[in-house]
Amino acid sequence: MATVSLEKLVKRYGSLEVVHGIDLEVADREFIALVGPSGCGKSTTLRMIAGLEPVSGGNLKIGGRVVNDLPPRARNLAMVFQSYALYPHMTVRENMGFSLKIAGQKPEEIAPQVEEAARTLDLTHLLDRRPSQLSGGQRQRVAMGRAIVRQPDVFLFDEPLSNLDAKLRTQMRVEIKKLHAKVQSTVIYVTHDQVEAMTLADRIVIMRDGYIEQVGTPEDVFQRPHSKFVAGFIGSPPMNLKDAEIADGQVVFANGDRLPLPARFKDRVTAGQKVTFGLRPDDLYPTGHGIHSGEDADVHRQDLRVILTEPLGNETLVFSDFAGAEWVGRMLNPRRLSPGEALPFCFDLSQAHLFDRESGRTLRG
Amino acid sequence: MKGWRPPAPFLLLLPAVLVLAAVVIIPLILSLYSSFTPFRLTQPASLYTFVGFRNYARILTDLEFWTAFGRTVLLLTVALNVEMLLGLGLAMLVEKATRGQRLLRTIMMFPMMFSPILVGFQFKFMFNDNIGLVNNALQSLGLTNQAIPWLIDGSLAFFAILVAEVWSSTSVFAILILAGLLAMPKEPIEAARVDGCTPWQTFRYVTWPFIMPFAYIAMTIRSLDVARAYDIVKIMTDGGPAKRTELLWTLVSRTAYADARMGLANAMAYVAILLSIVFTVYFFRKLSAARTQIAAEW
Repeated sequence: MATVSLEKLVKRYGSLEVVHGIDLEVADREFIALVGPSGCGKSTTLRMIAGLEPVSGGNLKIGGRVVNDLPPRARNLAMVFQSYALYPHMTVRENMGFSLKIAGQKPEEIAPQVEEAARTLDLTHLLDRRPSQLSGGQRQRVAMGRAIVRQPDVFLFDEPLSNLDAKLRTQMRVEIKKLHAKVQSTVIYVTHDQVEAMTLADRIVIMRDGYIEQVGTPEDVFQRPHSKFVAGFIGSPPMNLKDAEIADGQVVFANGDRLPLPARFKDRVTAGQKVTFGLRPDDLYPTGHGIHSGEDADVHRQDLRVILTEPLGNETLVFSDFAGAEWVGRMLNPRRLSPGEALPFCFDLSQAHLFDRESGRTLRG
Repeated sequence: MKGWRPPAPFLLLLPAVLVLAAVVIIPLILSLYSSFTPFRLTQPASLYTFVGFRNYARILTDLEFWTAFGRTVLLLTVALNVEMLLGLGLAMLVEKATRGQRLLRTIMMFPMMFSPILVGFQFKFMFNDNIGLVNNALQSLGLTNQAIPWLIDGSLAFFAILVAEVWSSTSVFAILILAGLLAMPKEPIEAARVDGCTPWQTFRYVTWPFIMPFAYIAMTIRSLDVARAYDIVKIMTDGGPAKRTELLWTLVSRTAYADARMGLANAMAYVAILLSIVFTVYFFRKLSAARTQIAAEW
């Protein structure tokens, strides 16, 4: 078990810098998720930790020891790849026992460990098959089994569920969570799927263009995004983000539509300031159909015209027209709505966000 | 016209069958038949004397034939192993190249573009004891002050032929193994590195099983090639001196055309073909085993 520290970690390909000196402390037994859009440097960072990519600058420590120049085999970690990366010419049993065999363990020592891991992952009946005879989900479990058997200090997951279908992905997500509870080791998990990150991780690291945008617990990054980018990236459907200006103590949108300035931003903005106003779909709901009662002080009520609805069964996503743009709201206990219908809506401004339009940083203290 | 009409499939296949018969089947049957006769080119009538297995019986006890046979097998074994190792090394080096890989690949194929006859002439010159490049280099480097009789001493000549053969055909291995390396998924190699493998172990347990089928394809092609080796030897030594580099096919051609004993030569050729068949079957078995092992989809 071990901590992982990234200190001003840099990755350069020739003159192109793709990871710009990031800092991150991963505690022992912590489950950390690295999320971000494609090309944000999350996989590169993971591969540097694994030792598959040389570190171009800064320090990488595992268990307090600088490992910058150590080959992967000297770092005692295990990695699960997106494509599973099983050895096609070996059976499941050989795949799982391979690292132990390489480490010089005897066959009779390897067998019980492999069988134990196979039991954990429900792979016992597949032990003598080849990877080509397995389904995607089974291959994924073998890849995890191969990682567990090593009893590594750190588990690295590189988008492990991306190649699975939606149902299997949900199932495997639960498996991974259970597995972490059981093996209790440090996990660094790369994904572009924010739902995976939110459901699995103790802390989430949101990356963008080779920088870390925000590090925090799932609640943190959801409720207190530091930037417009994080606000838009975390949450599904994404937060409504609309450009506006502050005037007369109000938020004024491009077409002249206005919203009251949320109370908690009163002292933080100046007249004429260019901002981006953010409101999650959960905080924009037809009156009487919200998470909150709508009786709080900082709620703005307004009739909006419905453009489109997406019924999801237990709730309906309502796309409505405001300030010359489309806003997504979430309707609980839904009833049927027809496009064009006008409906009283609540804007829960106590949950609203304001970001500086230029820098994209939050205007909240 | 009334009566029987041949069915359409028969009619449609007939031209192909006729051509095949003319160029393959009839010559094959004729040559097989002639191996049971004392047929001499100078005495056409001898084609009609049937002598049964007399030619084959004679071959079985012919030391000269078995020496050539053994020498061919030896050349094949040594050449294939050396080419395999060199080809593997070359392929792995070229695969590592980050720039100019296409150019290197093309350059690597140069030796294959030359006619074996020309390769023979070139190496005959290089190994010439008086004016050859090899002796010249050895003497200039001060390694020897003698003119080494490369093409005159039996085992040295065999070595010289081997070098020419290896030079001209290592690229077959290199190209095919490189194709294997390029087709190979990179993740299992990375997985192996993380799993604790040293570079050698990664090669031994992950890379090698994957490229093995490609190596066996090269082996099959080259075993057929070397088993019918003729041109390079014909040019460099012509089986000499005193038949000390005689291979199967130089012997067959000498028997057929110089001695004009076509019947005997044909019998030798059929035995020689057996050798090729044995090697092909052997390598194909290996190939299919290796393919199953990596679960190849081809």
